[in-house]
Amino acid sequence: MKLNIIGRRYWWFLLSGLILIPGIISMVLQGFNLGIDFTGGTIVDLKFSREVTVAEVRESLKDFRLENSTIQLAGTSKADASQYVFMRTHFLSNDESKALFAGMTDKLGAFEVQRVEKVGAVVGSELTRQALLNLTVACLLLGAYISYRFEYKIAISAILAILHDVLLVLGVFSIFRLELDSSFIAAILTVIGYSMNEAVVIFDRIRENLRSHRKSESYEELANRSIGQTITRSIYTLLTVLFACASLYFFGGETTKNFSLAMLIGFVSGAYSAIFNASPIWVTWKEYDDRRKAGLRPKGAK
Amino acid sequence: MRWGNLTKFLGIVLAIIVVFGYYISPLAMSIKQGLDLQGGTHVVLEAIDTPEAKVDDDAVQRVIQIIERRINELGLTEPIVQRQGERRIIVELPGVKDPEKAIELIGKTALLEFQNESGVTVLTGKDLKDARSQIDQGKQNLVAIEFTDEGAKKFADLTAQNIGKRIAILLDKQVLTNPSVQEAIPGGKAVITGSRTLEEAQRLAILLRSGALPVKVEVMEIRTVGPTLGQDSKDKSIKAFTIGVLAILVFMLLFYRLSGVVANIALLVYVMLLLGVLKGLEATLTLPGIAGIILSMGVAVDANVLIFERFKEEFHSGKTLRAAMDAGFHRAFSTILDANVSVMITAAVLFLLGSGPIKGFAVTLGLGVVISMFTAITVSRSLLRLLIHANVVKNSKFFGA
Repeated sequence: MKLNIIGRRYWWFLLSGLILIPGIISMVLQGFNLGIDFTGGTIVDLKFSREVTVAEVRESLKDFRLENSTIQLAGTSKADASQYVFMRTHFLSNDESKALFAGMTDKLGAFEVQRVEKVGAVVGSELTRQALLNLTVACLLLGAYISYRFEYKIAISAILAILHDVLLVLGVFSIFRLELDSSFIAAILTVIGYSMNEAVVIFDRIRENLRSHRKSESYEELANRSIGQTITRSIYTLLTVLFACASLYFFGGETTKNFSLAMLIGFVSGAYSAIFNASPIWVTWKEYDDRRKAGLRPKGAK
Repeated sequence: MRWGNLTKFLGIVLAIIVVFGYYISPLAMSIKQGLDLQGGTHVVLEAIDTPEAKVDDDAVQRVIQIIERRINELGLTEPIVQRQGERRIIVELPGVKDPEKAIELIGKTALLEFQNESGVTVLTGKDLKDARSQIDQGKQNLVAIEFTDEGAKKFADLTAQNIGKRIAILLDKQVLTNPSVQEAIPGGKAVITGSRTLEEAQRLAILLRSGALPVKVEVMEIRTVGPTLGQDSKDKSIKAFTIGVLAILVFMLLFYRLSGVVANIALLVYVMLLLGVLKGLEATLTLPGIAGIILSMGVAVDANVLIFERFKEEFHSGKTLRAAMDAGFHRAFSTILDANVSVMITAAVLFLLGSGPIKGFAVTLGLGVVISMFTAITVSRSLLRLLIHANVVKNSKFFGA
């Protein structure tokens, strides 16, 4: 396939910038909707034997001074009452939650506990550190491997493209106030792996074409040719991965929804950035090197 | 035309489809399920320093032993007590009915003390040999305790010296009962009254039998999934898996025709192998782990896509079907390797630095990459060779080219 992607590279860089800016602004201004995995606290999913309202539930929490907790109804088409109730409070001790459940049973009738998660604040702050550590170590290892198999300029171009994907996912989650939990870290790391995988396939072809490449062919033409040779594969693989991810998002369990959404966004971004950012960055870098060398040579010749 | 090869090809394809259809569900169900699928409670405890007792390695080891003893009394199937790092202990209680009570039982220090009237501790839980709950003739719930030989002596002395006075029996510095001593008790046996219910007496007996924790433990994290939600997650995962795998199968079939059939057979083999290895490793399947399996199917066919695209290129450059297919496999290999190592690296980082269920995701993703390299390359190559050698199909269109 004949493509001219590199020729319009500055447009792609601009496009990427425009896509990322709203997310970055949102991250700075409103930050993230962090789940209890990060902040510590308690979440409870209850299924009552009758339909209850938010006001009723809030009233029953007053005895425990928890009336300011987040209370949501789920699994209902009616707006005001449901059997399914979700609550988020601060970290409750064992005695506190025991008393709370007993009190709620008295006031609201019997219920079944579907899920209770309590995370201490210490564990929460550890997770943030762990997330950053994960991200850094993964990028460093990938950079080292790609530098070893290819060259460091390819490694850095690919990692810049990966950062684009990570920023985009973070940005979307920030803008739409989607909750981050511990599985989000796994999603981001998977996006990193996939995005690198995409970039590697293109750079692998560039490396192969470099071996047989004529001096008359510029880096731009070489990269365009390589992208053209691999783009069908990029699209097909993106599609199969999206099929898997989308079925997880639409049909999978409630708890893996945000997890698969992060990957859906990340995979699309990863396929895009491998083609439209990684190789163009590398070409720009190579051309800059050549220009610098060419600029130096006449001086040396004098 | 060589019918032998074709029959062999069709036979293998049919056999794999039949085996997959017949065994995939029992195989998947035979893998141990995590708490998020079967329901249960996951607790993270941390041993903490107190003025009386500092945490050291030995103390944590003993805490684990004692907690194990206490949990065994709960009668759960396959509970897990595991050390994590220096001071943390992970406890998994599958199918536990009343998590709050279970956690109370696990985390209680349970330091038993017998004090004389002036508040001096004479005996502790270490002097006990056994403790059993009982109901006496007066329908009173009590715990019958038996002292060790040394304990029996101490207890005899204590009672002999305090006739007519009150002694106190304390658990974790709280008075359980405060009986007055009528006479010296030399036999090394006594009862603790004051339990409101038989259940309470039973739990006290468990605590006393298992011994006191050498250091205080605190609950850091609790995650409970009810059985209904677990079942719901399982059903939804099966649905997501089925739809995901069908979408991929149809896609490969539409775009690669006969090669697609081969890739699909390789994918079925892949799923069976992955589940088989997970079972063999006695891995625990969690919800994120299933997500990893579903995702890895998308990645698994990538190797085949790379090979088939390469095959098309080689074929269009003038090679014969057979030569193009060989070149496709040969040339795509280094790409597949480098691309898969990237995914492996992130899976390894997640496994080494991640925690709990994320590890499960990392395991399936990482294993998936390794196994899919084998199936997408070896399995599909053998099948394609059979097919091409059969010489039945000469039109390259059937291979998607």
